[in-house]
Amino acid sequence: MPLLAAIDPWILSFSAITVLVTVWMGFRSAKTSKSASDFFVAGRSVGVGMNASAISGEYLSAASFMGVAGMVMSSGYDALWYPVCYACGYLFLLLFIAGPLRRFGAYTIPDFAEGRYDSPLFRKIAVIFVLFIGFFYTMPQMKGAGVTLAYIFPGLPYWVGVVLVGAVITLNVALGGMKGITLVQAFQYWAKMFAISVPVFVLMAVYGGYGKQLQANFTADVRSMVSEGSSDVYSSAKAHDDIRRKELSDKAPKDQTWLSPFGPLTTKATKAAKIEGEAARPYSLLYTYSLIIALVCGTAGLPHILVRFYTNPDGVAAKKTTMWVMILIGIFYVFPPVFGVMGRNLFPELYNGVGAKGTDKIVLELPRLLNEKYGVLGSVLSGITCAGAFAAFMSTFSGLLVSMTGALAHDVYGRILRPKSTPDERMRMFKWCAVLIGAMAVLLGSFVEKLEINFMVGQAFAIAAASYFPLLFMSVWWRGMTLKGAAAGMLTGGFLSVIAISLTSVTTLAAGTDALAQSLSMFKPLIAFFAEHPLLRILCEQPAIWAVPLAITLMVVVSKLTRREVPPDIRMKMLVLHAPEKLGLKQEYIQEHQAGPGH
Amino acid sequence: MDSPKPSDDDHIHSESFLHELMRKQLKLSVACACAFLVALLGMPLLNYFAPELMAKRVGGFTLSWLILGVLFFPFVWIISFTFIRKSIAQEDAEVRDAEAVKQVGRSAGGQGRD
Repeated sequence: MPLLAAIDPWILSFSAITVLVTVWMGFRSAKTSKSASDFFVAGRSVGVGMNASAISGEYLSAASFMGVAGMVMSSGYDALWYPVCYACGYLFLLLFIAGPLRRFGAYTIPDFAEGRYDSPLFRKIAVIFVLFIGFFYTMPQMKGAGVTLAYIFPGLPYWVGVVLVGAVITLNVALGGMKGITLVQAFQYWAKMFAISVPVFVLMAVYGGYGKQLQANFTADVRSMVSEGSSDVYSSAKAHDDIRRKELSDKAPKDQTWLSPFGPLTTKATKAAKIEGEAARPYSLLYTYSLIIALVCGTAGLPHILVRFYTNPDGVAAKKTTMWVMILIGIFYVFPPVFGVMGRNLFPELYNGVGAKGTDKIVLELPRLLNEKYGVLGSVLSGITCAGAFAAFMSTFSGLLVSMTGALAHDVYGRILRPKSTPDERMRMFKWCAVLIGAMAVLLGSFVEKLEINFMVGQAFAIAAASYFPLLFMSVWWRGMTLKGAAAGMLTGGFLSVIAISLTSVTTLAAGTDALAQSLSMFKPLIAFFAEHPLLRILCEQPAIWAVPLAITLMVVVSKLTRREVPPDIRMKMLVLHAPEKLGLKQEYIQEHQAGPGH
Repeated sequence: MDSPKPSDDDHIHSESFLHELMRKQLKLSVACACAFLVALLGMPLLNYFAPELMAKRVGGFTLSWLILGVLFFPFVWIISFTFIRKSIAQEDAEVRDAEAVKQVGRSAGGQGRD
């Protein structure tokens, strides 16, 4: 039994406990909270600290926990934009969108779309992107699952992990309906925070701090420039800094490109086009800006983020909660890059691995190095980070599955296909939809082993940035928006980015010689095309820089053309969105709406 | 809702009130967003035009890494703290003003004020 012998009992037990607790909490919470309104009401009775922890717990997915570290290790400085913008996106949400939407009382983006334009039809259109963004967001969670299981059970194929975790969560959601209970989510935050920070502190105490580890790269690089290719560069760097550093393989980026801006992440396209040095820098700058726009605007357009702004007793508490969320996730995001930096010095073997054996598993594997010095300490810490990873992808996947299933069962089936269905039929449909979406997520997840976790989450953000963000931003601040303008902008921006992103991801998967690449061989000509047109490739891979302005322009132009269709009570709607809640305009608006012709 | 609204409510429902309300809110949000965007969008420019400066070493970090990987988070906290304090104060002032206008409206015998 070579497979069983290679399993580390500590890592296995920590992970198993996390899975059992998560599944058990899912079933328990399903018993205590029966309906969506229970969930919201329950939220209203909790304090600012608890709610802030819950929001943060829900937000930190496999991308934050595993992906950021993996990408910092593989791509260096440029990957830092991800954690920074994941956190800063919240600021944008706070400044422009959270307050008005809270006053309006729309729980989800489709709710808002319906209320703002008095159109149940628009709700059905808007709900499409819950599914699109959801699937793009579940793929990296599935990869996190595949990577983690392949690490715990060495030799297990990647796809088995994806199927196992996908099946467990899907069953859990279908049978119990894993609802986002505040206490569970709050606990999740602190579990992830503990799991990422404690191993970092121990590793830094043993192998040298954050700055020292980075300096090791710097010193080695300067020396390599001085002594031009001398083979003992690394040992001399080691003597100089007492930082242990293993030799990097050829697949690892060189120190200078890794440490400085505009490195491997942003030069993929230009490298394929054989543009090097100075000439490649403008392309990298463009890539960086497009990435920033996608991440900052995308946070505000993520379907599952806004909901929790309503689980506060009043607007002031909601704002204070946001402040604490930014502090909690900001502190968290300092840690994952440390793993990436240390991984480069201490565990460069991962540069040679692809997919599940690549840098995405550095958070899981790095602590095990401590076993060399302190017996089982490394295994225990590695078990803790594995538990954190399970918490991260299980909570995010189940949350996404619930909201996507809700969209499909409630909006698509309950309102579009069979509006006259009974509650029982809808309940049964919810279960079938959960199984259907879970199976689809597993299928998609098993294809994306070669894509980086963090990269895929960035793509989901880009789609949200080009579809929901313009819708929310413009609807809140511009009264001239019409339904047709909103729909035209959202659909064009959203669909064009989905297509653009899929084109580049497909070429990445089609490169190589494995079975998947062969089945995608019809996309091979696209690889050559992108190599000839690096600019087009960047604009496809990171579409936010053109898709967001395009969506907003379309919204303005089409709304101007259909000016007469501005909702007649727009002034009242705008008042509800912007006037302080204490003036009680919301109640007045509801009364007027009920008195007027119903819909 | 065919009956005419009581005149003392008219201020809240008036075009000028809404206009002023949105203008004030947008002004605060845009000011905070500008402070944030100048830093966020300025970073790549600094990296682009002043690479030597950004590669300077500070406690082992390059300056660019230190700013983006560590210092950026507290900077964002300061902006959001400022925004939250000011917007809460602004809302309170709006409520006070609206109520004061109501009082004036009543004592003036229900004259419309638009």
